[in-house]
Amino acid sequence: MLRSLSATPNKAQISRIKGLVFALCLVPLARLIWLGFHDDLSANPVEFIERSTGFWALFILLVTLALTPIKLISGRVWQIQLRRMLGLFMFFYACLHIITYVWLDFAFNWLDITKDITKHPRILVGFAAFMLAVPLAATSTNAMVRRLRNNWKKLHQLVYLIAILAVIHFWWLVKKDIREPLLYAVILIALLGIRVYYKTALADKSKSIPRD
Amino acid sequence: MLIHKKSDIIPSEITSKEVFDNRRHFIQQAGFGMLASSAAILSPALQAATLNSGTTEGAGRLIGRANTPPPLTLRSHQKITGYTKSTYGVGEKLTPYADVTTYNNYYEFGTDKAEPAIQSKLFKPSPWSVAVEGEVKKNKTISIDEIFKLAPLEERIYRMRCVEGWSMVIPWIGFPLAQLIKWAEPNSNARYVEFISKADPQEMPGTNIPILDWPYNEGLRMDEAMNPLTIMAVGLYGEQLPNQNGAPMRLVVPWKYGFKGAKAIVKIRFTDKMPTTSWMKAGPNEYGFYANVNPQVEHPRWTQSSEKRIGAGLFAGRIKTQMFNGYTEQVGQIYAGMDLRKNF
Repeated sequence: MLRSLSATPNKAQISRIKGLVFALCLVPLARLIWLGFHDDLSANPVEFIERSTGFWALFILLVTLALTPIKLISGRVWQIQLRRMLGLFMFFYACLHIITYVWLDFAFNWLDITKDITKHPRILVGFAAFMLAVPLAATSTNAMVRRLRNNWKKLHQLVYLIAILAVIHFWWLVKKDIREPLLYAVILIALLGIRVYYKTALADKSKSIPRD
Repeated sequence: MLIHKKSDIIPSEITSKEVFDNRRHFIQQAGFGMLASSAAILSPALQAATLNSGTTEGAGRLIGRANTPPPLTLRSHQKITGYTKSTYGVGEKLTPYADVTTYNNYYEFGTDKAEPAIQSKLFKPSPWSVAVEGEVKKNKTISIDEIFKLAPLEERIYRMRCVEGWSMVIPWIGFPLAQLIKWAEPNSNARYVEFISKADPQEMPGTNIPILDWPYNEGLRMDEAMNPLTIMAVGLYGEQLPNQNGAPMRLVVPWKYGFKGAKAIVKIRFTDKMPTTSWMKAGPNEYGFYANVNPQVEHPRWTQSSEKRIGAGLFAGRIKTQMFNGYTEQVGQIYAGMDLRKNF
C-alpha cells in the first residue's frame, strides 16, 4: 500500500482516488442528514449544523492548501489533481454554512441579517471570505482557466486571503477557549510559511548561481 | 480466573487511560469539528489511538481495568417533595428536560456545551456547605441540607436568555435569594453581594485550564439581590439540580444574561464595592457587571435583538428578545435614571 502511494499513480488509479475523495467529502453531509433524521443534532440543531458545515469548509480548505506544500517538500505532484475538487467541496460546505445561517438561523430576515453582518466583525469576515470564494468557484472550469490565462492564477491566489479570514471568523466565534482556532491558525501559518520559505529559498538559489 | 490469564495484548496496544476515557469525546466532537477530529485526521498517530480505543475496549474490561465508566445514575433524578407551584411563567412552553440538561455553558466541566453533562458525572454536590463572609454581622456557614429547609421551596418557570443569543424556559425549584440574605445578616456596609463557585480541579476538569480566572465569581447589587424575582435554585423539573445545571445550588436572575447565574456556589461575600466578575475580567468590553438582557445594547459578537429558543425546532427561526427578558414590570424601576448603554 505504502509503496503504491509513493509511486505516481496512473490515470486509472487517479480516477479511483478522486472517486474515493469525492465520497469522503460527502460523509460530513451524510452524517448531518443521518443525525437530523434521528433527531440527534443536539439541543441547538441550527448551531450544530452551522458549526459542522463551517468546520468542514475550513478543514477541506486547509487540506486543499496542503497539496502544494506536499509537492514542495516531497516533489510529488499527482495530488495537485485533487485540488479543484477539494476547492469546490470547500465552497459546497461554505454554501451549506451560509444557507443554514440565512434560512435556519435567521429565517430570511434580511434586515436582521444585514444588521448582524455590519455590527459583528466576526460575521463580516466570514461573509467576506464567502463572497471572495464565489469568483473562485465560478472560474474553476477548464474553459475559464484557459480564458483567464495568467489572470486565473492571480485571481485564485485569493484563496490565501479566504483562508486567513476563515480562521479569524472562527477565532472570533469562541468566547474564551481559543485552543481549537489556534490549532487551525498554526496549521495555516505552517502551510503558508512553507510556500514562502520555498519561494525565497528558490529566489536565493537562482541569485547565488553565477551566470555563465 | 480471567485476570490471571496471560494477556495476548501487548502493553503498547492497550489504549491509554486518557484516550479511553475520552473516547466518547472523540466521537462526539468529530462532527462539531472540534480539535480532536481534525487532529485525528491530520496526525496518523492520534488517528491510530482513536481507532484503538474502539478495538481494545473489550480487552480493557477483560483485564479488569479500573477505568470503566461510572454508573450513569450517580445522583440524578432525585425528586424534590413539598414544593409549591408559583404563577411565574405559567403557560410558557417549557424547554424539554433533555435539552436543559445537555446544553450547558459550564466551563468548569469543559467549554463545549455537551461536555458538562458528561464531565460532571463524578462531581459530588453532597456533602456541601456555603460560607457567608464579608460585610456581615458574623461569618457563618450553612449546609445544603439546612438550605433546603431555610425557606419554602417553590417552582418558578423562568425564561433564561444566554448572551450567545439562545434561550430556554426552565421550571426551577428554589427560594428567593432574599431569604438567604436575611439569614446571612449583612451589615449596613453591604452594597453588593458576590457569589463564588466551586473550582475543584479533581472533580471539575475544566478548572485545570486557565480559560477563566477560577473560581468563577458573579455579583449583584443589593437591590437586585433582594428583588423577589431573584432566586437560589436547588432543583429543576421537580428534581434536585443535575450536576451540569449547577448542583447543589445556583443563582437564577431571569432578567440578566445567563452567565450571571453562578453555579455550585460555595461562598457568598457581601462587599461595599462592586465585585469584578470572572467574565468582566475575561472581556471587559463584552461583559459588564449588570448584564441585563437588553435588545438595544449590541454585543460585539452576538445579535442581542433576537434569540433562538432551544427546542423550538430546526425551522422555527428566531424570536424577538424583550427588554429585561420580559421582566420589566418587576425590575424596570431598579434601573430608573441609569444609562444602561454605559452600565451594560
